[in-house]
Amino acid sequence: MNEIFIHGIGAVSPAGWGVAPMRDALRAGVPLAHKDLPRPGWQKPLGVRQVPAPLSRPAFLAHARLRRTGPISHYVVAAALEALGDDASNLGPLRVGIIVCVMSGCVNYSRRFYDEVLRDPATASPLIFPETVFNAPSSHLASLLGSTAMNYTLVGDPGTFLQGLALAAQWLEDLDGCLVIGAEELDWLTADAYRLFSRDITLADGAGAVYLTKNSNRQTVRLASVTGAHLFYDRPSRIQAALRMRGDLPAGNARELLCDSRTGIAELDRPETKAWNSWPGRRVSPKSILGEGLAAASAWQVVTAVDALCEQQCDASLVSVVGCNQQAIGARFEVPS
Amino acid sequence: MLFPLPTPSTAKPRVVVTGAGMVTALGLDWKTNAANFCVGKTGFRPVTLFDVSRQRVKNAAEVDLPTSLPSTELSAREERRLDRAAKLLLLAASEAWRQSGWTPADNLPIVLGTTSGCMTMGQDYYKQATTRPNTKHRQPTRVTQYQAQSQALTLSKAFGFRGPITIIANACASGANAIGHAWSLIRNGHASRVVTGGYDALSQLVFAGFDSLQALSPTTCRPFDATRDGLALGEGAAVLTLETLEHAQARDARVLGEIVGYGAVNDAHHLTQPQPEGNAAFDSMTLACRSAGVRAEQIGYVNAHGTGTPLNDSAEAAAISRWAGPHASEVAVSSTKASIGHLLGAAGAVEVGICLMALDGGWLPPTAGTATLDPACAFKFVTRPEQRTLAYAITNSFGFGGANASVVLKRGSGHE
Repeated sequence: MNEIFIHGIGAVSPAGWGVAPMRDALRAGVPLAHKDLPRPGWQKPLGVRQVPAPLSRPAFLAHARLRRTGPISHYVVAAALEALGDDASNLGPLRVGIIVCVMSGCVNYSRRFYDEVLRDPATASPLIFPETVFNAPSSHLASLLGSTAMNYTLVGDPGTFLQGLALAAQWLEDLDGCLVIGAEELDWLTADAYRLFSRDITLADGAGAVYLTKNSNRQTVRLASVTGAHLFYDRPSRIQAALRMRGDLPAGNARELLCDSRTGIAELDRPETKAWNSWPGRRVSPKSILGEGLAAASAWQVVTAVDALCEQQCDASLVSVVGCNQQAIGARFEVPS
Repeated sequence: MLFPLPTPSTAKPRVVVTGAGMVTALGLDWKTNAANFCVGKTGFRPVTLFDVSRQRVKNAAEVDLPTSLPSTELSAREERRLDRAAKLLLLAASEAWRQSGWTPADNLPIVLGTTSGCMTMGQDYYKQATTRPNTKHRQPTRVTQYQAQSQALTLSKAFGFRGPITIIANACASGANAIGHAWSLIRNGHASRVVTGGYDALSQLVFAGFDSLQALSPTTCRPFDATRDGLALGEGAAVLTLETLEHAQARDARVLGEIVGYGAVNDAHHLTQPQPEGNAAFDSMTLACRSAGVRAEQIGYVNAHGTGTPLNDSAEAAAISRWAGPHASEVAVSSTKASIGHLLGAAGAVEVGICLMALDGGWLPPTAGTATLDPACAFKFVTRPEQRTLAYAITNSFGFGGANASVVLKRGSGHE
């Protein structure tokens, strides 16, 4: 199935709930302010970029399955519903697959549950444990949508989201549509852990979603390509992987947009800076504004690339993801001719 | 390029298994496991890996890891960094890789299933983060080593190949999903060879989790028994090398068996409980048979998910009976979780492996422990060792989140 359209996009980010606040934040180009996240045992809190509380309680939280869910499930559902748009309440006989991509996943409840286990396993809460599994958010979404079609949770570094797009294309040979969602939730444990990459890193949370179909009455944006998944094992091979990924994509021109995964931390960004040093067009780095959202961040990049095409800001858009510890991978989107 | 997809050929290729490795509490290799599954041995003992003194249940099927790992491209330092789950995975993969006779390649995909990844490393990290100041700045490996993609990268590095890594975490269906996905990659022309399987190690968090749900049996795991009272946990890994039959024949490889069908659905019902009538289980079995082009009555053996919990087994019994229809009394069913426990993300892969062993060896793996069959079971339930030559088998894997997957296997082409 090689004619794949992006039928809808959705996002939840530190800029707010929806694609619009994220678009506004990226256009403003000013890194969002840090919030303090208390870190047990430390006097000084951790600086993070967290999704703000919604202005009103999302209606989907009334669904029985979402009663005890953690933030990551809320983000997944909100982004997916925005991407589905009108189709969300009208799936009917449509067979819609679900692919949720995570790197850290349901870390809030995992940390809480393990803390209870260490205190006394005999009293650890059976209500929390089921929410620790990687596929809890995708399961809640399937239940909310009544979707019994293919449903995978993929674990990997941020590049996994682009692999998810290619997987969706495979599934669309048999399905009517496919949601691909990248999501993460913040926890002091992960915010602390990722400081081992760099003390300047600011972890963020949220989700991004794209709804892919093989037919689109809008037909505004087409998935043109997803590069190979170029593995790396260490710093030198991370640069090589980024260069190989770059080589899989066209040279580009001044009317094309590059959405890269640079964070604003030179040392971490070096492979991508080197790979794209001759890029002739405009570029945007969502992580440098929104924070290191891991799997959510690569989803934000794709949402931004698609949104720019929908808004007629460019003729084509490219996404470049050089992950933390797995792969460099890219994708290209364009307006159908 | 992962997309655009290659143009599929009109004839779908047959997908065969040419290498297999397995590690469970019953053995560290394929042959030992086969000998023990064939006679229904069990591998449970008191848990030694972590403190269970405050748990209701104190037994599990632990693996005795060897003192040294097979020789690979990994350095001694890299081997020392491996956690328990990664060692299980490496052991199984090493056996499969050697048997396959494959050589390294630049575009060899890995598809793995796991629920916990390196949970034990994560647990250690948490304990350290809450008890000691963070003094080891700029060591991201302390974080990255406990992520599942690191374990897959370990395989890639150990055997010198590269290719896309796909890690499916669909709870207890993960292993079956991984093998099914690998099968579909080859079947649809996206790859000609794939390394696939599932793995999980016992961890305190998961053990305590199932105990908190009172899902663990305080007595003996006895699937489909009328008095069953829960599951038992285990650990292990199974890795298979899959390739097209054409590719295998061209290099005169021994074919251990064939994967012919895969079905996966979500029941959209409950996070931890199956739909009571087993609708999704029925659907996954039906889809798997449809994709295999076989009818239920052609399948001689069902390796049931059969956890031993009241809810799973009643839903699955209903699903199998409905799926088999008037032939239900003829189909042989057993649950090997009674021998090695529930291996979570590894379960589906190990149970695909057990089906391959049974098809290849001409035997049915008995269910240990079950004495009084639940009257809901309309099928022939296997509790004693039995020789039986079969053409096809199906294995079921169901997980939290309503994940349901079934894989259909065919006896190796060498026996046709």
